[in-house]
Amino acid sequence: MPRPLYAEPGDRIESVKPVTVSRYRGFIRANHWITALSLILLLVSGLAFFHPSLYFLTGLFGGGQNARWLHPIIGVVLFVSFMVMFIQLWRLNLPTGDDRKWLSQIGDVVKGNEENLPELGKYNAGQKFIFWGMTILIVVLIVTGVMIWEQFFGELVSIPTRRWAVLSHSLAAVAIILVFILHVYAAFWTRGTLRAMTRGTVTGGWAYRHHRKWLRELAGRRTRGPAE
Amino acid sequence: MSETAPQPKTAAANPPVQPIGSNLLPSDVVRISATKDVPQPDRQLTKVAKLIDVSKCIGCKACQSACIEWNDTRPEVEENVGVYENPHDLTPNMFTLMRFTEWVNPETDNLEWLIRKDGCMHCEDPGCLKACPAPGAIVQYSNGIVDFIHENCIGCGYCVTGCPFDIPRISKVDHKSYKCTLCSDRVAVGQGPACAKACPTQAIVFGTKEDMIAHAEERIEDLKSRGYANAGIYDPAGVGGTHVIYVLHHADKPSIYDGLPDEPRISPVVEGWKGVTKTAGLAVMGVAAVGAAIHGIFARANKVAEHEEHEAEKLVQSGDGNGGTV
Repeated sequence: MPRPLYAEPGDRIESVKPVTVSRYRGFIRANHWITALSLILLLVSGLAFFHPSLYFLTGLFGGGQNARWLHPIIGVVLFVSFMVMFIQLWRLNLPTGDDRKWLSQIGDVVKGNEENLPELGKYNAGQKFIFWGMTILIVVLIVTGVMIWEQFFGELVSIPTRRWAVLSHSLAAVAIILVFILHVYAAFWTRGTLRAMTRGTVTGGWAYRHHRKWLRELAGRRTRGPAE
Repeated sequence: MSETAPQPKTAAANPPVQPIGSNLLPSDVVRISATKDVPQPDRQLTKVAKLIDVSKCIGCKACQSACIEWNDTRPEVEENVGVYENPHDLTPNMFTLMRFTEWVNPETDNLEWLIRKDGCMHCEDPGCLKACPAPGAIVQYSNGIVDFIHENCIGCGYCVTGCPFDIPRISKVDHKSYKCTLCSDRVAVGQGPACAKACPTQAIVFGTKEDMIAHAEERIEDLKSRGYANAGIYDPAGVGGTHVIYVLHHADKPSIYDGLPDEPRISPVVEGWKGVTKTAGLAVMGVAAVGAAIHGIFARANKVAEHEEHEAEKLVQSGDGNGGTV
Protein backbone atom coordinates (compact mmCIF):
# COMPACT_ATOMS: atom_id res chain seq x y z
CA MET A 1 0.00 0.00 0.00
CA PRO A 2 1.43 3.44 -0.84
CA ARG A 3 2.20 5.76 2.02
CA PRO A 4 -0.85 7.91 2.79
CA LEU A 5 -0.57 11.60 2.03
CA TYR A 6 -2.25 13.10 5.06
CA ALA A 7 -2.11 10.37 7.69
CA GLU A 8 0.40 8.08 9.35
CA PRO A 9 0.21 4.46 8.24
CA GLY A 10 -1.10 3.47 11.69
CA ASP A 11 -3.91 6.06 11.89
CA ARG A 12 -7.32 4.48 11.45
CA ILE A 13 -10.99 4.81 12.10
CA GLU A 14 -11.67 2.80 15.19
CA SER A 15 -15.44 2.84 15.35
CA VAL A 16 -18.18 4.21 13.18
CA LYS A 17 -21.09 4.92 15.48
CA PRO A 18 -20.03 7.26 16.97
CA VAL A 19 -16.93 7.84 14.90
CA THR A 20 -13.67 7.65 16.79
CA VAL A 21 -10.33 7.95 15.09
CA SER A 22 -7.04 6.60 16.36
CA ARG A 23 -4.49 9.42 16.18
CA TYR A 24 -1.53 8.28 18.33
CA ARG A 25 -0.50 4.75 19.24
CA GLY A 26 0.61 3.78 22.75
CA PHE A 27 4.34 4.10 22.17
CA ILE A 28 4.25 7.63 20.85
CA ARG A 29 1.92 8.68 23.66
CA ALA A 30 4.18 7.25 26.32
CA ASN A 31 7.17 8.86 24.66
CA HIS A 32 5.35 12.19 24.38
CA TRP A 33 4.73 12.16 28.11
CA ILE A 34 8.37 11.36 28.81
CA THR A 35 9.27 14.40 26.73
CA ALA A 36 6.63 16.48 28.49
CA LEU A 37 7.71 15.45 31.97
CA SER A 38 11.37 16.09 31.10
CA LEU A 39 10.50 19.50 29.71
CA ILE A 40 8.62 20.47 32.85
CA LEU A 41 11.45 19.30 35.12
CA LEU A 42 13.96 21.17 32.95
CA LEU A 43 11.81 24.26 33.00
CA VAL A 44 11.52 24.23 36.78
CA SER A 45 15.20 23.56 37.47
CA GLY A 46 16.36 25.85 34.66
CA LEU A 47 14.23 28.75 35.86
CA ALA A 48 15.81 28.34 39.28
CA PHE A 49 19.23 29.03 37.73
CA PHE A 50 17.80 31.72 35.46
CA HIS A 51 16.48 34.13 38.05
CA PRO A 52 17.32 34.48 41.75
CA SER A 53 13.65 35.03 42.60
CA LEU A 54 12.97 31.47 41.41
CA TYR A 55 15.99 29.84 43.04
CA PHE A 56 13.71 28.33 45.67
CA LEU A 57 12.50 25.91 42.99
CA THR A 58 15.74 23.95 43.49
CA GLY A 59 14.08 22.80 46.72
CA LEU A 60 11.88 20.51 44.61
CA PHE A 61 15.01 18.61 43.61
CA GLY A 62 16.52 18.52 47.07
CA GLY A 63 18.69 21.63 46.75
CA GLY A 64 20.88 23.49 44.29
CA GLN A 65 23.55 20.80 43.97
CA ASN A 66 20.99 18.16 43.00
CA ALA A 67 19.20 20.47 40.58
CA ARG A 68 22.58 21.31 39.03
CA TRP A 69 23.54 17.71 38.22
CA LEU A 70 20.02 16.55 37.35
CA HIS A 71 19.21 19.32 34.90
CA PRO A 72 21.61 18.28 32.11
CA ILE A 73 20.84 14.59 32.55
CA ILE A 74 17.12 15.25 32.14
CA GLY A 75 18.12 17.34 29.12
CA VAL A 76 19.68 14.30 27.49
CA VAL A 77 16.56 12.25 28.24
CA LEU A 78 14.42 14.92 26.62
CA PHE A 79 16.70 15.14 23.61
CA VAL A 80 16.59 11.39 22.99
CA SER A 81 12.84 11.07 23.48
CA PHE A 82 12.17 14.11 21.32
CA MET A 83 14.37 12.76 18.54
CA VAL A 84 12.35 9.55 18.52
CA MET A 85 9.21 11.64 18.25
CA PHE A 86 10.81 13.74 15.52
CA ILE A 87 11.52 10.67 13.42
CA GLN A 88 7.89 9.61 13.77
CA LEU A 89 6.29 12.98 13.08
CA TRP A 90 8.48 15.07 10.79
CA ARG A 91 7.01 13.88 7.48
CA LEU A 92 3.48 15.12 8.09
CA ASN A 93 4.85 18.33 9.59
CA LEU A 94 6.44 19.46 6.33
CA PRO A 95 4.81 22.68 5.14
CA THR A 96 2.17 22.48 2.40
CA GLY A 97 0.22 24.97 0.30
CA ASP A 98 -2.74 24.74 2.65
CA ASP A 99 -0.59 26.09 5.48
CA ARG A 100 -0.12 29.41 3.71
CA LYS A 101 -3.86 29.81 3.22
CA TRP A 102 -4.50 28.81 6.84
CA LEU A 103 -1.97 31.34 8.08
CA SER A 104 -3.37 34.11 5.87
CA GLN A 105 -6.71 33.54 7.61
CA ILE A 106 -5.24 33.47 11.11
CA GLY A 107 -8.07 35.78 12.22
CA ASP A 108 -10.60 33.04 11.46
CA VAL A 109 -8.40 30.58 13.35
CA VAL A 110 -8.38 32.71 16.48
CA LYS A 111 -12.12 33.36 16.26
CA GLY A 112 -12.78 29.66 15.80
CA ASN A 113 -14.48 30.19 12.41
CA GLU A 114 -13.12 26.94 11.14
CA GLU A 115 -15.71 26.60 8.36
CA ASN A 116 -13.86 29.38 6.47
CA LEU A 117 -10.52 27.61 6.62
CA PRO A 118 -9.08 25.17 4.11
CA GLU A 119 -9.44 21.47 4.84
CA LEU A 120 -6.27 20.19 6.46
CA GLY A 121 -4.29 17.01 6.82
CA LYS A 122 -3.11 15.67 10.18
CA TYR A 123 -1.50 18.95 11.26
CA ASN A 124 -2.29 22.63 10.80
CA ALA A 125 0.34 25.34 10.43
CA GLY A 126 0.14 26.19 14.13
CA GLN A 127 0.91 22.61 15.13
CA LYS A 128 3.72 22.54 12.57
CA PHE A 129 5.12 25.76 13.99
CA ILE A 130 5.22 24.18 17.44
CA PHE A 131 6.84 21.04 16.04
CA TRP A 132 9.61 22.86 14.19
CA GLY A 133 10.01 25.47 16.92
CA MET A 134 10.53 22.73 19.49
CA THR A 135 12.90 20.89 17.16
CA ILE A 136 15.15 23.86 16.48
CA LEU A 137 15.16 25.06 20.07
CA ILE A 138 15.88 21.61 21.47
CA VAL A 139 18.86 21.27 19.15
CA VAL A 140 20.13 24.70 20.23
CA LEU A 141 19.57 23.81 23.89
CA ILE A 142 21.34 20.45 23.77
CA VAL A 143 24.33 21.85 21.87
CA THR A 144 24.78 24.91 24.09
CA GLY A 145 23.85 22.86 27.14
CA VAL A 146 26.69 20.41 26.59
CA MET A 147 29.07 23.35 26.16
CA ILE A 148 28.19 24.62 29.65
CA TRP A 149 27.94 21.18 31.30
CA GLU A 150 30.63 21.83 33.87
CA GLN A 151 30.64 18.36 35.40
CA PHE A 152 31.62 16.45 32.28
CA PHE A 153 32.44 19.00 29.58
CA GLY A 154 34.07 21.79 31.56
CA GLU A 155 37.08 21.77 29.22
CA LEU A 156 35.16 21.34 25.95
CA VAL A 157 35.04 24.94 24.76
CA SER A 158 36.91 28.14 25.55
CA ILE A 159 35.50 30.53 28.13
CA PRO A 160 34.47 33.19 25.54
CA THR A 161 32.57 30.48 23.63
CA ARG A 162 31.04 29.34 26.88
CA ARG A 163 29.71 32.86 27.50
CA TRP A 164 27.92 32.83 24.15
CA ALA A 165 26.66 29.33 24.88
CA VAL A 166 25.15 30.30 28.22
CA LEU A 167 23.51 33.38 26.70
CA SER A 168 22.10 31.37 23.78
CA HIS A 169 20.97 28.66 26.18
CA SER A 170 18.97 31.11 28.28
CA LEU A 171 17.45 32.85 25.24
CA ALA A 172 16.48 29.51 23.68
CA ALA A 173 15.04 28.47 27.04
CA VAL A 174 12.83 31.55 27.18
CA ALA A 175 11.71 30.86 23.61
CA ILE A 176 10.92 27.20 24.24
CA ILE A 177 8.91 28.09 27.32
CA LEU A 178 6.82 30.44 25.16
CA VAL A 179 6.34 27.68 22.57
CA PHE A 180 5.46 25.29 25.38
CA ILE A 181 2.84 27.69 26.74
CA LEU A 182 1.37 28.03 23.25
CA HIS A 183 1.31 24.24 22.86
CA VAL A 184 -0.45 23.65 26.17
CA TYR A 185 -2.83 26.54 25.61
CA ALA A 186 -3.82 25.36 22.13
CA ALA A 187 -4.35 21.81 23.36
CA PHE A 188 -6.80 23.07 26.00
CA TRP A 189 -8.49 25.75 23.92
CA THR A 190 -9.20 23.34 21.07
CA ARG A 191 -11.55 21.11 23.02
CA GLY A 192 -11.28 17.41 22.40
CA THR A 193 -7.57 17.55 21.63
CA LEU A 194 -6.10 16.30 24.88
CA ARG A 195 -7.60 12.80 24.50
CA ALA A 196 -5.45 12.32 21.41
CA MET A 197 -2.46 12.15 23.74
CA THR A 198 -4.21 10.39 26.62
CA ARG A 199 -6.56 7.80 25.15
CA GLY A 200 -4.99 8.08 21.71
CA THR A 201 -8.27 8.72 19.88
CA VAL A 202 -10.30 11.73 18.82
CA THR A 203 -13.97 12.00 17.94
CA GLY A 204 -15.08 12.03 14.35
CA GLY A 205 -16.44 15.54 14.79
CA TRP A 206 -13.07 16.76 15.99
CA ALA A 207 -11.35 15.22 13.00
CA TYR A 208 -14.04 16.59 10.68
CA ARG A 209 -13.73 20.10 12.09
CA HIS A 210 -9.96 20.40 12.35
CA HIS A 211 -8.33 17.84 10.05
CA ARG A 212 -10.87 16.90 7.40
CA LYS A 213 -8.40 15.79 4.74
CA TRP A 214 -6.90 13.42 7.27
CA LEU A 215 -10.34 12.04 8.11
CA ARG A 216 -11.28 11.70 4.43
CA GLU A 217 -8.15 9.76 3.69
CA LEU A 218 -8.76 7.40 6.58
CA ALA A 219 -12.38 6.90 5.54
CA GLY A 220 -11.29 6.14 1.97
CA ARG A 221 -8.65 3.70 3.11
CA ARG A 222 -11.17 1.93 5.31
CA THR A 223 -13.46 1.08 2.37
CA ARG A 224 -10.64 0.02 0.12
CA GLY A 225 -10.01 -2.93 2.37
CA PRO A 226 -8.48 -3.47 5.73
CA ALA A 227 -4.79 -2.96 5.93
CA GLU A 228 -4.41 -5.38 8.77
CA MET B 1 37.83 36.24 73.37
CA SER B 2 38.01 39.65 74.88
CA GLU B 3 38.64 41.84 71.86
CA THR B 4 38.31 41.76 68.10
CA ALA B 5 41.28 41.70 65.81
CA PRO B 6 42.64 44.89 64.27
CA GLN B 7 42.35 45.35 60.53
CA PRO B 8 45.68 44.15 59.14
CA LYS B 9 47.95 46.74 57.55
CA THR B 10 50.82 44.41 56.75
CA ALA B 11 51.53 40.75 56.20
CA ALA B 12 54.59 40.93 58.40
CA ALA B 13 52.70 41.13 61.72
CA ASN B 14 53.05 38.18 64.02
CA PRO B 15 49.93 36.32 65.02
CA PRO B 16 48.28 37.20 68.32
CA VAL B 17 49.12 35.05 71.28
CA GLN B 18 45.70 35.29 72.86
CA PRO B 19 42.46 34.10 71.20
CA ILE B 20 40.97 37.01 69.35
CA GLY B 21 37.57 37.72 67.82
CA SER B 22 37.02 37.83 64.08
CA ASN B 23 36.93 41.25 62.51
CA LEU B 24 35.42 40.18 59.20
CA LEU B 25 31.78 39.58 59.94
CA PRO B 26 28.74 38.55 57.93
CA SER B 27 27.53 42.11 58.49
CA ASP B 28 30.55 43.44 56.59
CA VAL B 29 29.27 41.98 53.33
CA VAL B 30 28.43 44.56 50.66
CA ARG B 31 27.44 42.27 47.80
CA ILE B 32 25.91 38.78 47.76
CA SER B 33 25.47 36.64 44.66
CA ALA B 34 21.90 36.32 43.34
CA THR B 35 20.67 38.65 46.06
CA LYS B 36 19.16 42.08 45.56
CA ASP B 37 19.14 44.86 48.11
CA VAL B 38 21.87 43.70 50.44
CA PRO B 39 21.58 45.83 53.59
CA GLN B 40 24.56 48.15 53.62
CA PRO B 41 26.85 47.61 56.60
CA ASP B 42 27.03 50.24 59.29
CA ARG B 43 30.82 50.36 59.08
CA GLN B 44 33.21 50.53 56.18
CA LEU B 45 36.33 48.40 56.56
CA THR B 46 39.55 49.82 55.20
CA LYS B 47 40.06 48.65 51.63
CA VAL B 48 42.89 46.17 51.47
CA ALA B 49 45.13 45.02 48.64
CA LYS B 50 47.84 42.55 47.89
CA LEU B 51 50.62 43.98 45.76
CA ILE B 52 52.64 41.64 43.56
CA ASP B 53 55.81 43.24 42.28
CA VAL B 54 56.85 40.95 39.43
CA SER B 55 60.21 42.70 39.14
CA LYS B 56 61.17 41.39 42.58
CA CYS B 57 59.85 37.86 42.11
CA ILE B 58 62.48 35.11 41.95
CA GLY B 59 60.02 32.32 41.13
CA CYS B 60 60.73 30.29 44.28
CA LYS B 61 57.07 29.29 44.76
CA ALA B 62 57.20 29.86 48.50
CA CYS B 63 53.83 31.61 48.01
CA GLN B 64 52.37 28.41 46.52
CA SER B 65 53.71 26.34 49.39
CA ALA B 66 52.38 28.77 51.96
CA CYS B 67 49.01 28.79 50.21
CA ILE B 68 48.83 24.99 50.20
CA GLU B 69 49.84 24.84 53.83
CA TRP B 70 47.47 27.51 55.11
CA ASN B 71 44.48 26.35 53.10
CA ASP B 72 45.32 22.70 53.77
CA THR B 73 44.89 21.71 50.12
CA ARG B 74 46.48 18.72 48.41
CA PRO B 75 47.35 19.52 44.81
CA GLU B 76 47.91 16.39 42.79
CA VAL B 77 51.49 15.42 42.00
CA GLU B 78 51.82 15.82 38.25
CA GLU B 79 54.24 14.79 35.50
CA ASN B 80 57.21 17.00 34.74
CA VAL B 81 56.76 18.10 31.16
CA GLY B 82 59.78 20.39 31.07
CA VAL B 83 58.26 23.66 32.20
CA TYR B 84 58.53 25.50 35.48
CA GLU B 85 54.82 25.79 36.19
CA ASN B 86 53.89 23.34 38.87
CA PRO B 87 51.09 22.34 38.83
CA HIS B 88 50.36 23.11 35.20
CA ASP B 89 47.35 25.26 35.93
CA LEU B 90 45.26 26.56 38.78
CA THR B 91 43.23 23.73 40.25
CA PRO B 92 40.58 23.39 42.94
CA ASN B 93 43.52 22.61 45.23
CA MET B 94 45.96 25.24 43.96
CA PHE B 95 44.65 28.76 44.42
CA THR B 96 47.77 30.52 43.22
CA LEU B 97 50.30 29.67 40.55
CA MET B 98 53.60 31.09 39.37
CA ARG B 99 53.38 31.45 35.61
CA PHE B 100 56.68 31.66 33.72
CA THR B 101 57.16 33.30 30.32
CA GLU B 102 60.31 33.54 28.24
CA TRP B 103 59.98 36.79 26.36
CA VAL B 104 62.42 38.35 23.92
CA ASN B 105 62.29 42.09 24.26
CA PRO B 106 62.21 43.35 20.66
CA GLU B 107 63.90 46.62 21.67
CA THR B 108 66.94 45.13 23.38
CA ASP B 109 66.88 41.62 21.91
CA ASN B 110 67.30 40.38 25.48
CA LEU B 111 65.56 37.30 26.80
CA GLU B 112 63.48 38.30 29.76
CA TRP B 113 62.11 35.74 32.17
CA LEU B 114 58.73 37.04 33.25
CA ILE B 115 57.21 35.49 36.32
CA ARG B 116 53.73 36.30 37.43
CA LYS B 117 51.82 35.01 40.41
CA ASP B 118 48.37 34.14 39.08
CA GLY B 119 45.25 33.89 41.21
CA CYS B 120 42.06 35.70 42.06
CA MET B 121 42.34 39.47 41.52
CA HIS B 122 39.50 40.30 43.93
CA CYS B 123 37.80 42.67 41.50
CA GLU B 124 35.89 45.64 42.84
CA ASP B 125 33.21 44.62 40.28
CA PRO B 126 33.45 40.82 40.40
CA GLY B 127 32.25 38.95 37.29
CA CYS B 128 31.97 35.68 39.22
CA LEU B 129 29.55 37.23 41.69
CA LYS B 130 27.49 38.76 38.90
CA ALA B 131 27.20 35.42 37.07
CA CYS B 132 26.50 33.25 40.13
CA PRO B 133 22.90 31.94 40.34
CA ALA B 134 23.11 30.61 43.91
CA PRO B 135 22.15 33.13 46.60
CA GLY B 136 25.00 33.62 49.02
CA ALA B 137 27.58 31.46 47.26
CA ILE B 138 29.80 34.47 46.51
CA VAL B 139 30.13 37.51 48.74
CA GLN B 140 32.18 40.68 48.71
CA TYR B 141 33.26 42.30 51.95
CA SER B 142 33.56 46.03 52.39
CA ASN B 143 37.37 45.69 52.51
CA GLY B 144 37.25 44.39 48.92
CA ILE B 145 37.74 40.66 49.48
CA VAL B 146 35.62 38.44 47.22
CA ASP B 147 34.97 35.12 48.90
CA PHE B 148 33.22 31.88 47.94
CA ILE B 149 30.88 30.50 50.59
CA HIS B 150 31.12 26.82 49.77
CA GLU B 151 28.04 25.58 51.57
CA ASN B 152 25.92 27.65 49.15
CA CYS B 153 27.87 26.73 46.00
CA ILE B 154 26.09 24.40 43.58
CA GLY B 155 29.00 23.75 41.21
CA CYS B 156 27.34 25.06 38.05
CA GLY B 157 30.46 26.80 36.76
CA TYR B 158 28.76 30.13 36.02
CA CYS B 159 31.53 31.89 37.97
CA VAL B 160 34.01 30.47 35.45
CA THR B 161 31.92 32.05 32.71
CA GLY B 162 31.74 35.37 34.52
CA CYS B 163 35.39 35.74 35.57
CA PRO B 164 37.50 37.91 33.23
CA PHE B 165 40.73 36.29 34.55
CA ASP B 166 39.94 32.56 34.23
CA ILE B 167 40.38 31.91 37.94
CA PRO B 168 37.68 29.74 39.56
CA ARG B 169 38.07 25.97 39.36
CA ILE B 170 35.29 23.49 40.10
CA SER B 171 36.24 20.49 42.19
CA LYS B 172 35.48 17.08 40.70
CA VAL B 173 35.26 15.77 44.26
CA ASP B 174 32.70 17.97 45.99
CA HIS B 175 31.51 19.96 42.93
CA LYS B 176 32.17 23.32 44.48
CA SER B 177 34.12 26.23 43.12
CA TYR B 178 37.51 27.19 44.58
CA LYS B 179 39.85 30.15 44.32
CA CYS B 180 42.10 32.39 46.38
CA THR B 181 40.27 33.86 49.38
CA LEU B 182 42.90 36.56 49.95
CA CYS B 183 43.20 34.59 53.18
CA SER B 184 39.98 36.13 54.43
CA ASP B 185 40.26 33.87 57.46
CA ARG B 186 43.67 35.36 58.28
CA VAL B 187 42.62 38.91 57.49
CA ALA B 188 39.70 38.40 59.88
CA VAL B 189 42.16 38.00 62.75
CA GLY B 190 44.50 40.79 61.75
CA GLN B 191 46.93 38.74 59.67
CA GLY B 192 48.02 39.25 56.08
CA PRO B 193 47.73 36.53 53.41
CA ALA B 194 49.96 33.47 53.79
CA CYS B 195 51.63 33.99 50.42
CA ALA B 196 52.67 37.53 51.32
CA LYS B 197 53.96 36.39 54.67
CA ALA B 198 56.06 33.67 53.05
CA CYS B 199 57.53 35.69 50.20
CA PRO B 200 61.30 35.94 50.82
CA THR B 201 61.87 38.99 48.61
CA GLN B 202 58.73 40.86 49.55
CA ALA B 203 57.63 40.75 45.97
CA ILE B 204 54.24 40.10 47.55
CA VAL B 205 53.16 42.63 50.12
CA PHE B 206 49.85 43.31 51.75
CA GLY B 207 48.17 46.29 53.36
CA THR B 208 45.58 48.96 52.80
CA LYS B 209 44.95 49.63 49.16
CA GLU B 210 46.08 53.21 49.64
CA ASP B 211 49.42 52.11 51.12
CA MET B 212 49.89 49.53 48.39
CA ILE B 213 49.33 52.09 45.63
CA ALA B 214 51.84 54.42 47.29
CA HIS B 215 54.34 51.59 47.60
CA ALA B 216 53.76 50.61 43.97
CA GLU B 217 54.47 54.15 42.86
CA GLU B 218 57.80 54.13 44.66
CA ARG B 219 58.66 50.86 43.00
CA ILE B 220 57.66 52.18 39.58
CA GLU B 221 59.83 55.23 40.03
CA ASP B 222 62.74 52.97 40.92
CA LEU B 223 62.11 50.75 37.90
CA LYS B 224 61.90 53.75 35.60
CA SER B 225 65.23 55.00 36.89
CA ARG B 226 66.67 51.62 35.92
CA GLY B 227 65.50 51.88 32.33
CA TYR B 228 62.07 50.31 32.50
CA ALA B 229 60.33 53.30 30.94
CA ASN B 230 57.00 51.49 30.74
CA ALA B 231 56.94 50.27 34.31
CA GLY B 232 53.53 50.75 35.83
CA ILE B 233 50.77 49.51 38.06
CA TYR B 234 48.14 46.98 37.03
CA ASP B 235 44.91 47.89 38.79
CA PRO B 236 42.50 47.54 35.87
CA ALA B 237 39.71 50.11 35.80
CA GLY B 238 37.53 47.88 33.58
CA VAL B 239 36.59 45.81 36.63
CA GLY B 240 36.48 48.82 38.95
CA GLY B 241 40.06 48.23 40.11
CA THR B 242 41.25 45.11 41.89
CA HIS B 243 42.38 44.18 45.37
CA VAL B 244 45.29 42.21 44.01
CA ILE B 245 47.47 44.58 42.03
CA TYR B 246 50.71 44.13 40.13
CA VAL B 247 53.78 46.21 39.51
CA LEU B 248 54.81 45.30 35.96
CA HIS B 249 58.03 46.39 34.30
CA HIS B 250 56.16 46.34 30.99
CA ALA B 251 52.80 47.71 32.08
CA ASP B 252 52.06 48.81 28.51
CA LYS B 253 51.62 45.18 27.49
CA PRO B 254 50.26 43.07 30.37
CA SER B 255 49.47 40.17 28.04
CA ILE B 256 53.16 39.23 27.69
CA TYR B 257 52.92 38.03 31.29
CA ASP B 258 51.36 34.73 30.28
CA GLY B 259 48.16 36.26 29.02
CA LEU B 260 47.33 38.74 31.78
CA PRO B 261 44.35 40.52 30.14
CA ASP B 262 45.25 43.92 28.68
CA GLU B 263 41.87 45.45 29.41
CA PRO B 264 39.86 43.08 31.58
CA ARG B 265 36.17 43.72 32.03
CA ILE B 266 33.09 41.63 32.58
CA SER B 267 32.21 40.37 29.10
CA PRO B 268 29.28 42.21 27.51
CA VAL B 269 27.87 38.76 26.74
CA VAL B 270 27.74 38.02 30.47
CA GLU B 271 26.29 41.48 31.16
CA GLY B 272 23.61 40.86 28.52
CA TRP B 273 22.83 37.44 29.93
CA LYS B 274 22.59 38.61 33.54
CA GLY B 275 21.02 41.94 32.63
CA VAL B 276 18.34 42.38 30.00
CA THR B 277 17.90 38.65 29.23
CA LYS B 278 17.20 37.78 32.83
CA THR B 279 14.78 40.63 33.47
CA ALA B 280 12.98 40.77 30.12
CA GLY B 281 12.93 36.97 29.80
CA LEU B 282 11.21 36.51 33.14
CA ALA B 283 8.70 39.26 32.31
CA VAL B 284 7.84 37.81 28.89
CA MET B 285 7.43 34.29 30.28
CA GLY B 286 5.33 35.54 33.18
CA VAL B 287 3.01 37.58 30.95
CA ALA B 288 2.63 34.66 28.51
CA ALA B 289 1.84 32.15 31.25
CA VAL B 290 -0.62 34.37 33.10
CA GLY B 291 -2.18 35.63 29.85
CA ALA B 292 -2.68 32.10 28.56
CA ALA B 293 -4.21 30.98 31.85
CA ILE B 294 -6.65 33.90 32.02
CA HIS B 295 -7.55 33.63 28.36
CA GLY B 296 -7.99 29.91 28.72
CA ILE B 297 -10.47 30.38 31.54
CA PHE B 298 -12.50 33.27 30.13
CA ALA B 299 -12.28 33.09 26.35
CA ARG B 300 -14.72 31.08 24.25
CA ALA B 301 -13.22 27.66 23.60
CA ASN B 302 -12.97 26.12 20.17
CA LYS B 303 -15.59 23.40 20.52
CA VAL B 304 -16.71 20.70 18.14
CA ALA B 305 -20.38 21.22 17.19
CA GLU B 306 -22.92 18.44 17.32
CA HIS B 307 -23.57 18.65 13.58
CA GLU B 308 -19.88 18.04 12.92
CA GLU B 309 -20.10 14.68 14.63
CA HIS B 310 -22.98 13.80 12.27
CA GLU B 311 -21.07 15.07 9.26
CA ALA B 312 -18.16 12.88 10.28
CA GLU B 313 -20.44 9.86 10.54
CA LYS B 314 -21.88 10.55 7.11
CA LEU B 315 -18.45 11.00 5.67
CA VAL B 316 -17.15 7.79 7.14
CA GLN B 317 -20.25 5.77 6.25
CA SER B 318 -20.37 7.01 2.68
CA GLY B 319 -17.08 5.19 2.65
CA ASP B 320 -15.62 7.46 0.08
CA GLY B 321 -13.59 9.98 1.88
CA ASN B 322 -11.88 11.16 -1.25
CA GLY B 323 -15.09 11.62 -3.19
CA GLY B 324 -16.54 14.47 -1.20
CA THR B 325 -15.96 18.12 -1.88
CA VAL B 326 -12.40 19.15 -1.28
